[in-house]
Amino acid sequence: MTQPKTIYDKIWESHLVYQGKDGSLIYIDRHLVHEVTSPQAFEGLRLSDRFVRQPKKTLAVADHNVPTEDRSKGIEDEESRIQVEALRQNCEDFGIEFIGMDDLRQGIVHIIGPEQGFTLPGSTIVCGDSHTSTHGAFGALAVGIGTSEVEHVLATQTLIQKKSKNFNVQIVGRCPEYITAKDLALSVIGAVGTAGGTGFVIEYSGNVVESLTMEGRMTLCNLTIEAGARAGLIAPDNKTYEYLQNRPMTPKGELWESALKYWKTLPSDKDVHYDKTITIDTKNLAPLVTWGTSPEDVIEIGGNIPIPEEIEDDSKKNAIKRSLEYMGLEAGAPIKGLKIDKVFIGSCTNGRIEDLRDAARILKDKKVSEHVDAMVVPGSGLVKAQAENEGLDKIFMESGFDWREPGCSMCLAMNADKLLPEERCASTSNRNFEGRQGRGGRTHLLSPKMAVAAAVMGHLADVRELDS
Amino acid sequence: MEKFTNIKGIAAPMLTTDGNQFSMMINVDTDMIIPKQFLKTIKRTGLGKNLFHEMRYDYDDNEIKTFILNKEPFSKAKVLLAGNNFGCGSSREHAAWAMLDFGIRVIMAPTYADIFYNNCFKNGILPICLSEDVVKYLAEFALKGEEFEIFLKEQSIRVSNYEVNFEIDTSSKNFLLEGFDDIGLTMEDSNLIDIYEDESNTNLPWYSL
Repeated sequence: MTQPKTIYDKIWESHLVYQGKDGSLIYIDRHLVHEVTSPQAFEGLRLSDRFVRQPKKTLAVADHNVPTEDRSKGIEDEESRIQVEALRQNCEDFGIEFIGMDDLRQGIVHIIGPEQGFTLPGSTIVCGDSHTSTHGAFGALAVGIGTSEVEHVLATQTLIQKKSKNFNVQIVGRCPEYITAKDLALSVIGAVGTAGGTGFVIEYSGNVVESLTMEGRMTLCNLTIEAGARAGLIAPDNKTYEYLQNRPMTPKGELWESALKYWKTLPSDKDVHYDKTITIDTKNLAPLVTWGTSPEDVIEIGGNIPIPEEIEDDSKKNAIKRSLEYMGLEAGAPIKGLKIDKVFIGSCTNGRIEDLRDAARILKDKKVSEHVDAMVVPGSGLVKAQAENEGLDKIFMESGFDWREPGCSMCLAMNADKLLPEERCASTSNRNFEGRQGRGGRTHLLSPKMAVAAAVMGHLADVRELDS
Repeated sequence: MEKFTNIKGIAAPMLTTDGNQFSMMINVDTDMIIPKQFLKTIKRTGLGKNLFHEMRYDYDDNEIKTFILNKEPFSKAKVLLAGNNFGCGSSREHAAWAMLDFGIRVIMAPTYADIFYNNCFKNGILPICLSEDVVKYLAEFALKGEEFEIFLKEQSIRVSNYEVNFEIDTSSKNFLLEGFDDIGLTMEDSNLIDIYEDESNTNLPWYSL
């Protein structure tokens, strides 16, 4: 009998070009490229007189730098404009498909991959972006890489990797109402810690994971990197196949049927051994928010901000003190009721159609608090169009939200959308690091539903109370 | 890439302090190392002046005197000491480029985030893993401005009369010592990639495009 394997083991083995002692060469099926981490890679190719080995397996889009307001005048910021133009030119020179700013399909790289059916179960996917883990929702091995590795993949369609260990995160129990995939992800990061997944690939399983929609699964896998693991994945099932069938870039006809047969062999074998396992019971889970400057700084909305003196470990104690000072918070105070200035709904974490539906359903017939500046940035042009078809844009705008063009926007504030010093933001994005959304800005991560509650109340609030 | 030779130089400890006690700063993320406004470059060089920008300069771009890299002799540091999970967050290789451009060639911390760790090797930076206690002990020498010597071949660090060894896997070590061009090396195996692609076109045709 052969040794039982995890889905990660299976994808790894089917993509080995060769196995080395310290590092192996694995084949990459899909490469997503954006404007920020690729120019130096293309420059490297030119300097070494190299070309792109498989341009058709590469798809490029500008997302980090693009404006989310009126695009008729192009990009105002010169450096941003040069970077986006460089991507277009590089794609033209090397024969790569580039989705331009005026294309309806334009959007955040991790949203358009699945939308176009570029993302497939059992495939290996890379992108010069840490949130590439998103694509693991489809049972793909998807890892974020640096620019030197982008160049390596462009030139060779392979990546030198060491095999990671297997980490099973089981999420089980009856999931209470108002708990979203974002809350599940934050609860995992809170439990594992920001470095707990380092050196591992996380496989999410359990009845709660199975019951998630594809969009929820993407949110969960997206945040895997915040727990330190480069990839997170979920075994494909009928939901996965239904989502993908007939997308522009998925296999068709007989090829689809044979792919399907293969994909059904991917889930981890029964009785397989994981190097690490944790189980999270969702029974008593409450909506979560972050208080500090690390995604592991998670508390329930009814909870209190930690007191550093109660922490034994000196480095953690000092880190908490630093975070409290940066965030302008009082140790031991309740998090609920904390006044906010801005609300951001969007990003590769929560910029998909279901996130917008979730938010709009809570928001309908309510108003954004007068002192709050709130915006929705759809994850792609297609998400935006779908939302407009459903009339969600009107709900947002009538309530006082700005309705923007797609892009990464205030998740990392490379474009014009950013926080001012000491501004406090309820954000559906993925990082609350110092300065992430603008220098001196204070970020609280939460779900789209909770972001709406904060927008309406003008402070961090419990969506369960608002909506009842 | 340039070959990694022995390094001799000043070490700057990243600390969080509280009264008399200090600890190594944990979770130093890549947004801290190089904030996003500097990612708009299309070059690899010139980022050193923006390393740790928001900790290093105030809102008017004046140096913050208390920040370690703004103090002498640490403004010429070649070594950086920090706490757990160094380099977490974004995959931006700009973090490694900024370090290199500033002059940092060696980092010492208990643990690193995976992507950053890889990025270091691609740029001739040596990230050394040491226990929390050893890093803190070394930080005390660093604070006194003592020169550190790092011998990669021997896998040892020497400062004052203290010497400590470190672990590193053979391939990463050789990669730095030889200054390999890993793309060139992989391309030497391009026949193996051809074979993989041929087989994959038959066995996994749905991934072909």
